[in-house]
Amino acid sequence: MDLLSAKTASPLQETVLEIQNLTILGIRSLLNLFRRPLYLRETFEQMDIIGVGSLVITMLTGFFTGAVLALQTSNTLSSFGAMGYTGQLVSISLVRELGPVLTAVVVAGRIGSGIASELGSMLVSEQINAMRALGTDPSKKLVTPRVFASITMVPVLTIICDLVGVLGGLFVAYFLLGISPTLYLTSAYDNLTYSDLVQGLIKPPIFGFLIAIVGCYCGLRTYGGTQGVGRSTTQSVVSSMILIFVSDFFITRLLLAFI
Amino acid sequence: MSDQNDHRPTPAIELRNVVKSYGDAVILKKISFTVRRGEAKVILGGSGSGKSTILKLIIGLEKPDEGEIFIDGEEISRYRESQLTRVRQRIGMVFQEGALFDSLSVADNVAYRLHEQGDLEEDEILEIVRKTLGFVDLEDAIEKMPAELSGGMRRRAAIARALVGNPKIMLYDEPTAGLDPLTARTINELVIKLRDLEGVSSVFVTHRLKDVFTMANEYLVHQNGVLRYLTEEEGGLCLINTRLLMLRDGEIIFDGFDEEIRKSSDDYIRKFLS
Repeated sequence: MDLLSAKTASPLQETVLEIQNLTILGIRSLLNLFRRPLYLRETFEQMDIIGVGSLVITMLTGFFTGAVLALQTSNTLSSFGAMGYTGQLVSISLVRELGPVLTAVVVAGRIGSGIASELGSMLVSEQINAMRALGTDPSKKLVTPRVFASITMVPVLTIICDLVGVLGGLFVAYFLLGISPTLYLTSAYDNLTYSDLVQGLIKPPIFGFLIAIVGCYCGLRTYGGTQGVGRSTTQSVVSSMILIFVSDFFITRLLLAFI
Repeated sequence: MSDQNDHRPTPAIELRNVVKSYGDAVILKKISFTVRRGEAKVILGGSGSGKSTILKLIIGLEKPDEGEIFIDGEEISRYRESQLTRVRQRIGMVFQEGALFDSLSVADNVAYRLHEQGDLEEDEILEIVRKTLGFVDLEDAIEKMPAELSGGMRRRAAIARALVGNPKIMLYDEPTAGLDPLTARTINELVIKLRDLEGVSSVFVTHRLKDVFTMANEYLVHQNGVLRYLTEEEGGLCLINTRLLMLRDGEIIFDGFDEEIRKSSDDYIRKFLS
């Protein structure tokens, strides 16, 4: 991997090289899924770290987002006498937009930074070189398991976030707003369309891919010792969050045109 | 490849006119040298003279800008990563500070190459791991994690990891740096053991003159079933399987035996040796 050559170029060349190297790493990590060895143990370990490890923080995020959505929307809806639509607003907002984006942001903060710091530390302590010297392709052993785990686990976490978010809204609707649970849940469930679900499920794997590949890329281009590891970690979180928000806009635009 | 009419044995390692630069800094300027089979080449030089870069070029972790690198007569400088994997099975490398995988135990570090190859049963792997750790006198640390090891133990574990698969070429990147004299001596003895008993060709990068003269003056023999380290004076043998190579500013300023370097009139070499 010639990931370090970007350091010696002009700013414009550097940006193009960065994008090129990131793309190459991304494509290679996906192609590795069809090449042996498959590193199943490492993949399951990463699924555990990303999926199970992020469960509590995702549920907390989902619950309080749903709760605050119910509070905010009910305030407006009550002036139209439409409090019964609280469930619908909470569920559609969560499923279409907030669930995927907030889960991705939480995972980017927790997992993207972890990946970048782990791989960065391995790079500066020459463990990556040692791995190559012992005949292992780091993109197969380190990158592909993380990318696959993130692509599969972020959608699962998003679904859980959506469900817990609806429950958070229900909690507020019942205990604070006095809305009947049946009315809330019926409104939340009946008004969800196929298009909402498709939108909510197409985004998470893309976000998962972006989080893992940016984390791996930032880790593998670390230079400058332990200070460099810190820099890579920060850059990984910032870059993946920007990519999540930018790609969210384009995916939404694309999906609205076709669905 | 060697000329067909040339009947000299193919060197284990050969570099021809190798140039390597990082950005504007030229690290190696048309470097050429060979390491014969069973020979130890000790590379000396100040910091930043390109010693570690040579090792990385030999094992294919870096690619030269110009020139050719031969391993057992096979030109590898333009090989892709997948082709290099096959070449690397013949080479073991000990990195500065060991570069042990800190999430794996000593046993798993040593067994790493065997686990990756995946063609041996776990019992067989454990047997090889025990035997290799025995060679570096580290059997007791088999279950330990790298963080629990001292600097010397870490280097010995790294040597054990590099030895798995019986490589015929070993590369040592300052394996004695920062170690106390006794531990450094143990590492030197291991290198001599591999050179004299296993016929391993090696490149040994160091700053320490003590390493240089230990390797250039001592050899290991079986005497009445016992292994003994003898000096040239004690044993009467003149060692010709250890050569020294000195780098300065990316160029070779000396390539020869220890007796020759001691007699050198070059100011830099004299300062380095003083």
